[in-house]
Amino acid sequence: MAHVCSIITISQTVGANRIIPSVAIPHPLGNPKLPPEEEKELRRDLLKKALDALQTPIEEQTVFS
Amino acid sequence: MTEASRNRKYRIVHYVNQFFGGVGGEEKADIEPFTIQGPQGPGRLLEKLFREENADVEIVATVVCGDSYFADNQEDVLREQIPVIRGYHPDLVVAGPAFNAGRYGMACGAICQALEPLGIPSITAMYKENPGLDQYRKTVLIVESADTVSGMDDAVRKMVRLGIKRLRGEKIESPKAEGCFEQGIRQNYFHEEPAYRRAIDMLLQKIKGDSFETEYPIPFFDRVEPQPALTDLKGVTIALVTSGGIVPTGNPDHIESSSASKYGKYSLEGLTTLETNNHQSAHGGYDNTYANEDPNRVLPIDMMRKLEKALGFKVHPWYYATVGNGTSVGNAQKFAKEIAVEMIRDGVQAVILTST
Repeated sequence: MAHVCSIITISQTVGANRIIPSVAIPHPLGNPKLPPEEEKELRRDLLKKALDALQTPIEEQTVFS
Repeated sequence: MTEASRNRKYRIVHYVNQFFGGVGGEEKADIEPFTIQGPQGPGRLLEKLFREENADVEIVATVVCGDSYFADNQEDVLREQIPVIRGYHPDLVVAGPAFNAGRYGMACGAICQALEPLGIPSITAMYKENPGLDQYRKTVLIVESADTVSGMDDAVRKMVRLGIKRLRGEKIESPKAEGCFEQGIRQNYFHEEPAYRRAIDMLLQKIKGDSFETEYPIPFFDRVEPQPALTDLKGVTIALVTSGGIVPTGNPDHIESSSASKYGKYSLEGLTTLETNNHQSAHGGYDNTYANEDPNRVLPIDMMRKLEKALGFKVHPWYYATVGNGTSVGNAQKFAKEIAVEMIRDGVQAVILTST
Protein backbone atom coordinates (compact mmCIF):
# COMPACT_ATOMS: atom_id res chain seq x y z
CA MET A 1 0.00 0.00 0.00
CA ALA A 2 1.11 3.54 -0.73
CA HIS A 3 -0.29 6.30 1.51
CA VAL A 4 -0.70 9.63 -0.23
CA CYS A 5 -1.36 12.06 2.60
CA SER A 6 -0.92 15.60 3.83
CA ILE A 7 0.37 15.14 7.37
CA ILE A 8 3.36 12.83 7.19
CA THR A 9 3.92 12.65 10.93
CA ILE A 10 0.43 11.24 11.48
CA SER A 11 1.01 8.60 8.80
CA GLN A 12 4.31 7.63 10.43
CA THR A 13 2.77 7.48 13.88
CA VAL A 14 -0.01 5.12 12.79
CA GLY A 15 2.50 2.91 10.97
CA ALA A 16 2.22 3.36 7.19
CA ASN A 17 5.33 2.04 5.45
CA ARG A 18 5.25 3.74 2.03
CA ILE A 19 4.32 7.39 2.47
CA ILE A 20 3.95 10.01 -0.27
CA PRO A 21 3.48 13.65 0.82
CA SER A 22 0.49 15.23 -0.88
CA VAL A 23 -0.23 18.84 -1.87
CA ALA A 24 -2.52 20.09 0.91
CA ILE A 25 -5.25 18.93 3.27
CA PRO A 26 -8.32 20.11 1.29
CA HIS A 27 -6.83 18.99 -2.05
CA PRO A 28 -4.19 16.28 -1.58
CA LEU A 29 -3.95 15.43 -5.28
CA GLY A 30 -4.75 18.82 -6.75
CA ASN A 31 -4.07 22.52 -6.65
CA PRO A 32 -6.97 24.81 -7.47
CA LYS A 33 -4.54 27.69 -8.04
CA LEU A 34 -3.15 25.94 -11.13
CA PRO A 35 -4.75 25.90 -14.59
CA PRO A 36 -6.61 22.58 -15.12
CA GLU A 37 -4.04 20.97 -17.41
CA GLU A 38 -1.18 21.70 -15.00
CA GLU A 39 -3.24 20.44 -12.10
CA LYS A 40 -3.78 17.15 -13.93
CA GLU A 41 -0.05 16.86 -14.56
CA LEU A 42 0.56 17.44 -10.85
CA ARG A 43 -1.91 14.69 -10.00
CA ARG A 44 -0.35 12.36 -12.50
CA ASP A 45 3.14 13.00 -11.07
CA LEU A 46 1.97 12.32 -7.52
CA LEU A 47 0.32 9.08 -8.59
CA LYS A 48 3.45 8.12 -10.50
CA LYS A 49 5.39 8.61 -7.26
CA ALA A 50 2.95 6.36 -5.45
CA LEU A 51 3.26 3.68 -8.13
CA ASP A 52 7.06 3.93 -7.96
CA ALA A 53 6.90 3.56 -4.18
CA LEU A 54 4.91 0.34 -4.61
CA GLN A 55 7.75 -0.98 -6.75
CA THR A 56 10.51 0.06 -4.33
CA PRO A 57 11.80 -2.53 -1.83
CA ILE A 58 12.07 -1.04 1.67
CA GLU A 59 13.07 -2.27 5.11
CA GLU A 60 11.36 0.37 7.21
CA GLN A 61 8.87 3.23 7.03
CA THR A 62 9.88 5.40 4.09
CA VAL A 63 8.72 8.83 2.93
CA PHE A 64 8.93 9.16 -0.86
CA SER A 65 9.20 12.92 -1.33
CA MET B 1 10.15 29.77 46.13
CA THR B 2 9.61 32.79 48.40
CA GLU B 3 6.21 33.86 49.72
CA ALA B 4 6.41 36.98 47.60
CA SER B 5 6.88 35.08 44.36
CA ARG B 6 4.19 32.55 45.32
CA ASN B 7 1.75 35.43 45.60
CA ARG B 8 2.65 37.46 42.55
CA LYS B 9 0.49 37.57 39.46
CA TYR B 10 1.43 34.86 36.95
CA ARG B 11 1.51 35.72 33.25
CA ILE B 12 0.00 33.16 30.92
CA VAL B 13 -0.06 33.00 27.14
CA HIS B 14 -2.77 30.81 25.61
CA TYR B 15 -2.56 29.13 22.18
CA VAL B 16 -5.78 28.24 20.35
CA ASN B 17 -6.91 27.37 16.83
CA GLN B 18 -9.19 29.31 14.50
CA PHE B 19 -12.36 27.90 16.04
CA PHE B 20 -11.59 28.63 19.68
CA GLY B 21 -10.01 31.91 18.64
CA GLY B 22 -13.44 32.99 17.47
CA VAL B 23 -12.51 33.33 13.78
CA GLY B 24 -14.52 30.52 12.26
CA GLY B 25 -14.74 26.84 11.51
CA GLU B 26 -12.98 24.54 9.07
CA GLU B 27 -13.28 27.11 6.27
CA LYS B 28 -10.90 29.31 8.28
CA ALA B 29 -8.34 26.57 9.02
CA ASP B 30 -5.88 28.28 6.71
CA ILE B 31 -5.67 31.58 8.62
CA GLU B 32 -2.21 32.88 9.49
CA PRO B 33 -1.27 33.29 13.14
CA PHE B 34 -2.17 36.49 14.99
CA THR B 35 -2.32 37.63 18.60
CA ILE B 36 -5.23 38.86 20.72
CA GLN B 37 -4.45 40.84 23.85
CA GLY B 38 -5.94 39.09 26.85
CA PRO B 39 -8.02 35.91 26.99
CA GLN B 40 -10.26 34.59 24.20
CA GLY B 41 -12.85 31.81 24.18
CA PRO B 42 -11.84 29.05 26.62
CA GLY B 43 -9.14 31.38 27.95
CA ARG B 44 -11.82 33.11 29.98
CA LEU B 45 -12.74 29.84 31.69
CA LEU B 46 -9.05 29.13 32.20
CA GLU B 47 -8.50 32.45 33.99
CA LYS B 48 -11.61 31.97 36.10
CA LEU B 49 -10.64 28.47 37.25
CA PHE B 50 -7.06 29.49 38.06
CA ARG B 51 -8.43 32.22 40.30
CA GLU B 52 -10.81 29.75 41.95
CA GLU B 53 -7.74 27.75 42.90
CA ASN B 54 -6.26 30.90 44.43
CA ALA B 55 -3.65 31.33 41.75
CA ASP B 56 -3.50 34.93 40.68
CA VAL B 57 -3.04 34.74 36.93
CA GLU B 58 -3.55 36.96 33.93
CA ILE B 59 -3.80 35.65 30.42
CA VAL B 60 -1.80 38.40 28.83
CA ALA B 61 -2.20 37.21 25.27
CA THR B 62 -3.88 34.59 23.10
CA VAL B 63 -2.06 33.37 20.00
CA VAL B 64 -4.44 32.09 17.32
CA CYS B 65 -3.48 30.04 14.26
CA GLY B 66 -5.44 28.07 11.68
CA ASP B 67 -5.03 24.31 12.07
CA SER B 68 -4.22 23.72 8.40
CA TYR B 69 -1.91 26.74 8.22
CA PHE B 70 0.06 25.36 11.17
CA ALA B 71 0.25 21.89 9.65
CA ASP B 72 1.43 23.25 6.29
CA ASN B 73 3.87 25.82 7.67
CA GLN B 74 5.00 24.42 10.99
CA GLU B 75 8.63 25.50 10.79
CA ASP B 76 7.77 29.06 9.81
CA VAL B 77 5.01 29.36 12.42
CA LEU B 78 7.30 28.16 15.22
CA ARG B 79 10.13 30.37 14.07
CA GLU B 80 7.88 33.44 14.09
CA GLN B 81 5.50 32.75 16.97
CA ILE B 82 7.81 31.34 19.64
CA PRO B 83 9.57 34.74 19.89
CA VAL B 84 6.15 36.41 19.97
CA ILE B 85 5.16 34.19 22.91
CA ARG B 86 8.49 34.81 24.63
CA GLY B 87 8.00 38.54 24.21
CA TYR B 88 5.11 38.36 26.67
CA HIS B 89 7.43 36.87 29.33
CA PRO B 90 4.94 34.14 30.24
CA ASP B 91 5.32 32.06 33.40
CA LEU B 92 3.26 29.35 31.73
CA VAL B 93 1.92 28.66 28.26
CA VAL B 94 -1.37 26.80 27.87
CA ALA B 95 -2.25 25.23 24.49
CA GLY B 96 -5.73 23.92 23.62
CA PRO B 97 -7.51 21.79 24.86
CA ALA B 98 -7.43 20.08 21.47
CA PHE B 99 -9.80 17.19 22.31
CA ASN B 100 -9.75 14.84 19.31
CA ALA B 101 -8.85 17.43 16.67
CA GLY B 102 -5.73 15.90 15.11
CA ARG B 103 -4.12 18.96 13.51
CA TYR B 104 -4.89 21.05 16.59
CA GLY B 105 -3.32 18.43 18.90
CA MET B 106 -0.22 18.28 16.74
CA ALA B 107 0.06 22.08 16.80
CA CYS B 108 -0.38 22.27 20.60
CA GLY B 109 2.25 19.57 21.07
CA ALA B 110 4.69 21.26 18.71
CA ILE B 111 4.37 24.62 20.44
CA CYS B 112 4.82 23.16 23.93
CA GLN B 113 7.80 21.13 22.81
CA ALA B 114 9.44 24.18 21.22
CA LEU B 115 9.14 26.05 24.52
CA GLU B 116 10.82 23.35 26.62
CA PRO B 117 14.45 24.19 25.78
CA LEU B 118 13.68 27.86 26.48
CA GLY B 119 12.70 26.97 30.04
CA ILE B 120 9.11 28.10 29.56
CA PRO B 121 6.76 25.59 31.23
CA SER B 122 3.70 24.62 29.22
CA ILE B 123 0.70 22.35 29.35
CA THR B 124 -1.83 21.11 26.86
CA ALA B 125 -4.77 18.68 26.77
CA MET B 126 -6.11 16.19 24.25
CA TYR B 127 -8.03 12.97 23.81
CA LYS B 128 -6.18 9.64 24.03
CA GLU B 129 -6.55 8.97 20.30
CA ASN B 130 -5.25 12.34 19.18
CA PRO B 131 -2.10 11.72 17.07
CA GLY B 132 -0.52 14.64 18.95
CA LEU B 133 -0.39 12.40 22.02
CA ASP B 134 1.86 9.69 20.60
CA GLN B 135 4.01 12.28 18.90
CA TYR B 136 4.63 14.57 21.88
CA ARG B 137 3.85 12.74 25.11
CA LYS B 138 7.49 12.08 25.97
CA THR B 139 8.48 15.74 26.07
CA VAL B 140 5.20 17.57 26.70
CA LEU B 141 2.88 17.38 29.70
CA ILE B 142 -0.50 16.44 28.23
CA VAL B 143 -3.72 16.37 30.21
CA GLU B 144 -6.24 13.69 29.24
CA SER B 145 -9.42 15.22 27.88
CA ALA B 146 -12.66 13.90 26.46
CA ASP B 147 -12.96 13.66 22.70
CA THR B 148 -15.35 16.59 22.29
CA VAL B 149 -15.93 20.11 23.55
CA SER B 150 -18.45 18.76 26.06
CA GLY B 151 -15.39 17.86 28.14
CA MET B 152 -14.10 21.47 28.19
CA ASP B 153 -14.74 22.11 31.87
CA ASP B 154 -13.07 18.91 33.02
CA ALA B 155 -10.07 19.44 30.75
CA VAL B 156 -9.53 23.02 31.81
CA ARG B 157 -9.82 22.11 35.48
CA LYS B 158 -7.10 19.50 35.12
CA MET B 159 -4.90 21.89 33.12
CA VAL B 160 -5.31 24.48 35.85
CA ARG B 161 -4.32 22.09 38.66
CA LEU B 162 -1.32 20.75 36.79
CA GLY B 163 -0.50 24.23 35.49
CA ILE B 164 -0.25 25.49 39.07
CA LYS B 165 2.14 22.65 39.88
CA ARG B 166 4.29 23.65 36.94
CA LEU B 167 4.20 27.31 38.00
CA ARG B 168 5.28 26.41 41.52
CA GLY B 169 7.85 23.86 40.37
CA GLU B 170 6.02 21.06 42.15
CA LYS B 171 6.42 17.43 41.10
CA ILE B 172 3.75 15.49 39.28
CA GLU B 173 3.23 12.54 41.60
CA SER B 174 1.11 10.12 39.69
CA PRO B 175 0.02 10.91 36.13
CA LYS B 176 -3.09 8.74 36.18
CA ALA B 177 -4.30 10.17 39.47
CA GLU B 178 -3.62 13.73 38.37
CA GLY B 179 -5.37 13.37 35.02
CA CYS B 180 -2.50 13.51 32.56
CA PHE B 181 -0.88 10.92 30.32
CA GLU B 182 2.21 9.02 31.38
CA GLN B 183 5.34 10.40 29.79
CA GLY B 184 7.49 7.34 30.17
CA ILE B 185 9.64 9.07 32.79
CA ARG B 186 11.07 6.66 35.32
CA GLN B 187 11.71 7.85 38.84
CA ASN B 188 13.84 5.71 41.13
CA TYR B 189 12.67 5.04 44.66
CA PHE B 190 13.27 2.40 47.34
CA HIS B 191 10.44 -0.07 47.81
CA GLU B 192 10.13 -1.70 51.27
CA GLU B 193 9.83 -5.15 49.70
CA PRO B 194 12.74 -6.39 47.55
CA ALA B 195 11.91 -7.12 43.90
CA TYR B 196 12.25 -10.91 44.15
CA ARG B 197 9.56 -11.03 46.86
CA ARG B 198 7.21 -8.81 44.87
CA ALA B 199 7.76 -10.96 41.77
CA ILE B 200 6.97 -14.18 43.61
CA ASP B 201 3.90 -12.65 45.24
CA MET B 202 2.67 -11.48 41.83
CA LEU B 203 3.31 -14.91 40.29
CA LEU B 204 1.40 -16.63 43.10
CA GLN B 205 -1.54 -14.29 42.59
CA LYS B 206 -1.48 -15.03 38.86
CA ILE B 207 -1.37 -18.80 39.44
CA LYS B 208 -4.23 -18.60 41.92
CA GLY B 209 -6.25 -16.68 39.35
CA ASP B 210 -6.40 -13.58 41.56
CA SER B 211 -6.19 -10.16 39.97
CA PHE B 212 -2.82 -8.43 40.05
CA GLU B 213 -1.38 -5.23 38.69
CA THR B 214 1.82 -5.22 36.71
CA GLU B 215 4.46 -2.77 37.91
CA TYR B 216 5.56 -2.08 34.35
CA PRO B 217 3.11 -2.31 31.43
CA ILE B 218 4.98 -3.21 28.27
CA PRO B 219 4.14 -0.57 25.59
CA PHE B 220 2.62 -1.96 22.42
CA PHE B 221 3.29 -0.16 19.17
CA ASP B 222 1.45 -1.57 16.22
CA ARG B 223 3.75 -1.90 13.22
CA VAL B 224 3.54 -4.00 10.09
CA GLU B 225 6.47 -5.39 8.09
CA PRO B 226 6.71 -3.54 4.77
CA GLN B 227 5.23 -5.57 1.93
CA PRO B 228 7.74 -6.73 -0.67
CA ALA B 229 7.83 -4.39 -3.66
CA LEU B 230 5.87 -5.10 -6.82
CA THR B 231 8.28 -6.28 -9.50
CA ASP B 232 6.21 -4.99 -12.37
CA LEU B 233 2.99 -3.03 -12.85
CA LYS B 234 1.75 -4.87 -15.94
CA GLY B 235 -1.43 -6.75 -15.19
CA VAL B 236 -1.38 -5.82 -11.49
CA THR B 237 -4.77 -4.91 -9.98
CA ILE B 238 -4.51 -1.71 -7.96
CA ALA B 239 -7.36 -0.43 -5.81
CA LEU B 240 -8.08 3.10 -4.66
CA VAL B 241 -9.16 3.72 -1.08
CA THR B 242 -9.73 7.07 0.58
CA SER B 243 -10.27 8.44 4.06
CA GLY B 244 -11.15 11.76 2.46
CA GLY B 245 -14.84 10.92 2.36
CA ILE B 246 -15.43 10.95 -1.42
CA VAL B 247 -18.85 9.35 -2.00
CA PRO B 248 -21.55 9.41 -4.67
CA THR B 249 -23.62 12.60 -4.45
CA GLY B 250 -26.15 12.39 -1.66
CA ASN B 251 -23.91 10.13 0.45
CA PRO B 252 -26.22 7.14 -0.08
CA ASP B 253 -24.75 5.15 2.79
CA HIS B 254 -24.94 8.12 5.15
CA ILE B 255 -21.31 7.92 6.18
CA GLU B 256 -20.98 10.28 9.13
CA SER B 257 -18.97 13.47 8.68
CA SER B 258 -17.18 12.68 11.94
CA SER B 259 -16.66 9.50 13.97
CA ALA B 260 -17.64 7.34 10.98
CA SER B 261 -19.20 4.07 11.97
CA LYS B 262 -18.99 2.65 8.45
CA TYR B 263 -17.28 2.73 5.07
CA GLY B 264 -18.69 2.54 1.57
CA LYS B 265 -17.81 0.47 -1.48
CA TYR B 266 -18.51 2.24 -4.75
CA SER B 267 -18.22 1.32 -8.42
CA LEU B 268 -15.63 2.81 -10.75
CA GLU B 269 -16.83 0.64 -13.64
CA GLY B 270 -16.79 2.69 -16.82
CA LEU B 271 -15.78 5.89 -14.99
CA THR B 272 -12.85 7.87 -16.34
CA THR B 273 -13.37 10.76 -13.97
CA LEU B 274 -15.46 11.96 -11.02
CA GLU B 275 -17.55 15.07 -11.42
CA THR B 276 -19.09 17.65 -9.15
CA ASN B 277 -22.57 16.54 -10.15
CA ASN B 278 -22.07 12.87 -9.33
CA HIS B 279 -19.64 12.77 -6.39
CA GLN B 280 -19.01 14.81 -3.26
CA SER B 281 -17.04 14.85 -0.03
CA ALA B 282 -18.82 13.81 3.16
CA HIS B 283 -15.82 14.60 5.38
CA GLY B 284 -16.49 17.13 8.12
CA GLY B 285 -12.84 17.76 9.00
CA TYR B 286 -11.66 19.86 6.07
CA ASP B 287 -13.04 22.54 3.77
CA ASN B 288 -14.86 20.52 1.09
CA THR B 289 -14.96 23.30 -1.51
CA TYR B 290 -12.09 22.00 -3.65
CA ALA B 291 -13.01 18.32 -3.32
CA ASN B 292 -16.61 19.06 -4.30
CA GLU B 293 -15.49 21.10 -7.30
CA ASP B 294 -13.33 18.24 -8.50
CA PRO B 295 -13.48 14.98 -6.53
CA ASN B 296 -10.44 13.69 -8.47
CA ARG B 297 -8.42 15.93 -6.16
CA VAL B 298 -9.06 13.38 -3.38
CA LEU B 299 -9.97 10.23 -5.30
CA PRO B 300 -7.73 10.53 -8.37
CA ILE B 301 -9.50 8.20 -10.82
CA ASP B 302 -9.02 10.52 -13.82
CA MET B 303 -5.24 10.28 -13.86
CA MET B 304 -5.29 6.67 -12.62
CA ARG B 305 -7.16 5.80 -15.83
CA LYS B 306 -4.52 7.60 -17.93
CA LEU B 307 -1.73 5.80 -16.08
CA GLU B 308 -3.63 2.52 -16.39
CA LYS B 309 -3.50 2.89 -20.19
CA ALA B 310 0.12 4.00 -20.22
CA LEU B 311 1.59 1.51 -17.73
CA GLY B 312 -0.61 -1.56 -18.17
CA PHE B 313 -1.94 -2.12 -14.65
CA LYS B 314 -5.65 -2.56 -13.88
CA VAL B 315 -7.70 -0.25 -11.68
CA HIS B 316 -9.90 -2.34 -9.40
CA PRO B 317 -13.53 -1.62 -10.35
CA TRP B 318 -14.47 -0.80 -6.74
CA TYR B 319 -13.17 1.93 -4.49
CA TYR B 320 -13.63 2.07 -0.72
CA ALA B 321 -14.25 5.28 1.17
CA THR B 322 -14.75 6.40 4.70
CA VAL B 323 -14.41 9.66 6.58
CA GLY B 324 -11.16 9.84 8.52
CA ASN B 325 -12.33 12.56 10.90
CA GLY B 326 -12.18 11.49 14.54
CA THR B 327 -12.59 7.89 13.39
CA SER B 328 -11.99 5.63 16.37
CA VAL B 329 -8.88 3.48 16.09
CA GLY B 330 -11.04 0.44 16.79
CA ASN B 331 -13.38 1.20 13.90
CA ALA B 332 -10.53 2.01 11.53
CA GLN B 333 -8.94 -1.36 12.27
CA LYS B 334 -12.28 -3.12 11.77
CA PHE B 335 -12.85 -1.42 8.40
CA ALA B 336 -9.33 -2.24 7.25
CA LYS B 337 -9.66 -5.92 8.16
CA GLU B 338 -12.95 -6.28 6.29
CA ILE B 339 -11.76 -4.35 3.24
CA ALA B 340 -8.46 -6.23 3.07
CA VAL B 341 -10.15 -9.65 3.20
CA GLU B 342 -12.51 -8.65 0.40
CA MET B 343 -9.74 -7.17 -1.72
CA ILE B 344 -7.57 -10.26 -1.40
CA ARG B 345 -10.54 -12.40 -2.40
CA ASP B 346 -11.12 -10.15 -5.42
CA GLY B 347 -7.51 -10.32 -6.62
CA VAL B 348 -6.35 -6.82 -5.61
CA GLN B 349 -2.56 -6.76 -5.37
CA ALA B 350 -1.83 -3.18 -4.32
CA VAL B 351 -3.63 -0.19 -2.84
CA ILE B 352 -3.22 3.55 -3.11
CA LEU B 353 -4.78 5.16 -0.03
CA THR B 354 -5.44 8.89 -0.20
CA SER B 355 -5.94 10.98 2.93
CA THR B 356 -6.70 14.62 3.54
